[in-house]
Amino acid sequence: MSERIDVLKTYKTYVGGKFPRSESGRTYKVYDADKNLLANACQCSRKDFRAAVRVARSAVKGWSSRSAYNRGQILYRIAEMMEDRREQFVRELSRAGSTTQQAEAEVNAAIDRLIYYTGWTDKYQQVFGSVNPVASSHFNFSLLEPTGVVSIFAPEESPLLGLVSVISPVIAGGNTCVVLASGNQPLPAITFAEVLNSSDVPGGVVNILTGYREELAEHFSSHMDVNALFYTDTLTKETEKLIDEHAARNIKRVIKRPIDDWYSEEAQHPYLLTDFQETKTTWHPVGY
Amino acid sequence: MSEATETKDIYKPTSPNSKLDFASVWEYASAPQDASFAEVKDRYELFINGEFIEPSKGRYFKSLNPATEEEIADIAEATQEDVDNAVKAARKAFEGEWSSISGKERAKYLYRIARMIQERSRELAVLETMDGGKPIRESRDVDIPLVAAHFFYYAGWADKLEYAFPGRTPEPIGVCGQIIPWNFPLLMLAWKIAPALACGNTVVLKPAETTSLTAMKFAEIVRDAGLPAGVINIVTGAGQTGAEIVNHKDIDKIAFTGSTNVGKIIRKAVAGTDKRYTLELGGKGALVIFDDAPIDQAVEGIINAIYFNQGHVCCAGSRLMVQEGVADKVIRKLKDRLETLIVGDPLDKNTDVGAINSQQQYETVNKYLEVGVEEGADIYQSKCSIPEQGFFIRPTLFTNVAQSNRIVQEEIFGPVLTVQTFRTADEAIQKANNTPYGLASGVWTDKGSKIFKMGSSMRSGVVWANTYNKFDPTSPFGGYKESGVGREGGMHGLAAYTKI
Repeated sequence: MSERIDVLKTYKTYVGGKFPRSESGRTYKVYDADKNLLANACQCSRKDFRAAVRVARSAVKGWSSRSAYNRGQILYRIAEMMEDRREQFVRELSRAGSTTQQAEAEVNAAIDRLIYYTGWTDKYQQVFGSVNPVASSHFNFSLLEPTGVVSIFAPEESPLLGLVSVISPVIAGGNTCVVLASGNQPLPAITFAEVLNSSDVPGGVVNILTGYREELAEHFSSHMDVNALFYTDTLTKETEKLIDEHAARNIKRVIKRPIDDWYSEEAQHPYLLTDFQETKTTWHPVGY
Repeated sequence: MSEATETKDIYKPTSPNSKLDFASVWEYASAPQDASFAEVKDRYELFINGEFIEPSKGRYFKSLNPATEEEIADIAEATQEDVDNAVKAARKAFEGEWSSISGKERAKYLYRIARMIQERSRELAVLETMDGGKPIRESRDVDIPLVAAHFFYYAGWADKLEYAFPGRTPEPIGVCGQIIPWNFPLLMLAWKIAPALACGNTVVLKPAETTSLTAMKFAEIVRDAGLPAGVINIVTGAGQTGAEIVNHKDIDKIAFTGSTNVGKIIRKAVAGTDKRYTLELGGKGALVIFDDAPIDQAVEGIINAIYFNQGHVCCAGSRLMVQEGVADKVIRKLKDRLETLIVGDPLDKNTDVGAINSQQQYETVNKYLEVGVEEGADIYQSKCSIPEQGFFIRPTLFTNVAQSNRIVQEEIFGPVLTVQTFRTADEAIQKANNTPYGLASGVWTDKGSKIFKMGSSMRSGVVWANTYNKFDPTSPFGGYKESGVGREGGMHGLAAYTKI
């Protein structure tokens, strides 16, 4: 009797709740720590990014108008589904070079991070909004509203925890996003997409692409229908300058929060959520 | 009500349906504000390190009264060396005396400034009007009182900052370069300087080149208040001086209020640096009037939204969207009201609409009037007389405009309103949000729930309901989209001047 042949998984992208390949047909090879081929990942193009922005934009209205409680429940659901598939994530991270212990710690922290932001969904408005005592007869209040569509460069290291840490505060606040996964270790991100796809997260809220940061930096920062760009790795001086210059075209908010240690306090706090909020102040008349 | 019955009542001022007609019933006597007590020097120097000093290159430019085109004073032009000296003074103060002063004591300096502004408020109002062309009624009743209130409000934050940033210990940023526009000269100065100082920073501020006078008066107040040298430095000049500030290596933060175009240039200039920035840019505010709105109140609101300060307001409500059922009535009432606006001498207490701030802006607005006509819109202007001397433009509205017209999409920054109609709330929202801007919008309706729903649907940093162009130091202000980054005013305004 012959030995059973494993069924290998094809890793694609995650856009609009579906798993398409790159329109460009291009792929790049992803290796494990011992230089064995793990997969051919999609090398996404400008067109892939544009298509992802389009679905992210169309998802803004629905997602941002979900109740805070509902968004919290959905974030919690993501954590539940991850917990259920923790062995798979541990295996995935181990293959990419982590020890089992490291991989377990990373998966635990990623799940806990989702729980952390679950709690913020219905609290940040209370902590960071305000009622303002103006001198005229108006009820004046400031609320936070999501900035809109956010493009994100997920960190190169901590391919799961880093990814979850940059996506969670953005979507907890009602934004939608297009994320470029870690270039060298993109596979956990695509497995995470499978979790998202079975967690009541509406299609288009989180879109995950794989490919080269250098190639896509220009498009992530220049697209006129993207409201903000978020990154946590230190990029080259030239790339950071290029990003800022392109962002100037539509006064895109560029949020650069250098984070090295994804287990530190700097890696989770509500200011990462409010970075992607706009303050709206309303003057409501008071009188008979 | 039909047109016929309304016409019958037209000249009965007591009838609720009458056309507004003040002039033929009685005439306004002129009511000039006494300007003689406001001391104006022939020449103003730079305010650096607590002293008034001559500019290093010895160059001066003229500041004009836009209502008379007469020269008021010579203003020093700060060049690279002067800006550098100002930054050095600000750095020295930041690292020295200012940082050793507790929040409690910083607060008292700011309270002092607030009080001194109140004491000299009429003088400041007169100067603001002479230098910038805005009606004395506005500088006296709006600008200067808000300036004092702003300092008074932020003074109290200086020793309470940790309550504004839960879980964090806020730190000052350092030396802030601040560049302000000419539409609310002293008020924009207050918006910049008060929170910066409350948070423990030092500043180098550049007023707009057409409106430097009140900033220099403010410098005298700073000196009188005994602030440590170098905490506030004021350098006058035009765009080149601004560029020296933006590009200076030892400035930690740029705060700019002005046009979106210049904002983008500044954003590019700080690209790839660690300089922080907040930008308060242009707007194209939408005014949405539903058919259940109190119409007369709405008409007053529109007038205040677009003709306040000659329309030189970044958050001006320059696009009217009126629900079809009441469109004819609103437009008729609006045109009637337009005729009653008194355009002329800004120093006359009766004046509603003063002078356009500068010849350059006068030409810009006139260009847009031509563009509007060329685009096929119907122009309506007040038939009022305007002075022969000075830069005056009749209050104007355009009907029959398309969403894609330049006069609908681009900021004119003058007394020019466009009028569109809509049938459903969704259509109004779509039109309101259909520009690159997102600074402010207004909604008029009798229904509170509609205000909340509309308010949350309009993508702008400020929403005024049944009112417009209201400001308060406690109320955060700032834009979505291309109208800017960051907030000024209120607790949220502190974030622009702290590291957290």
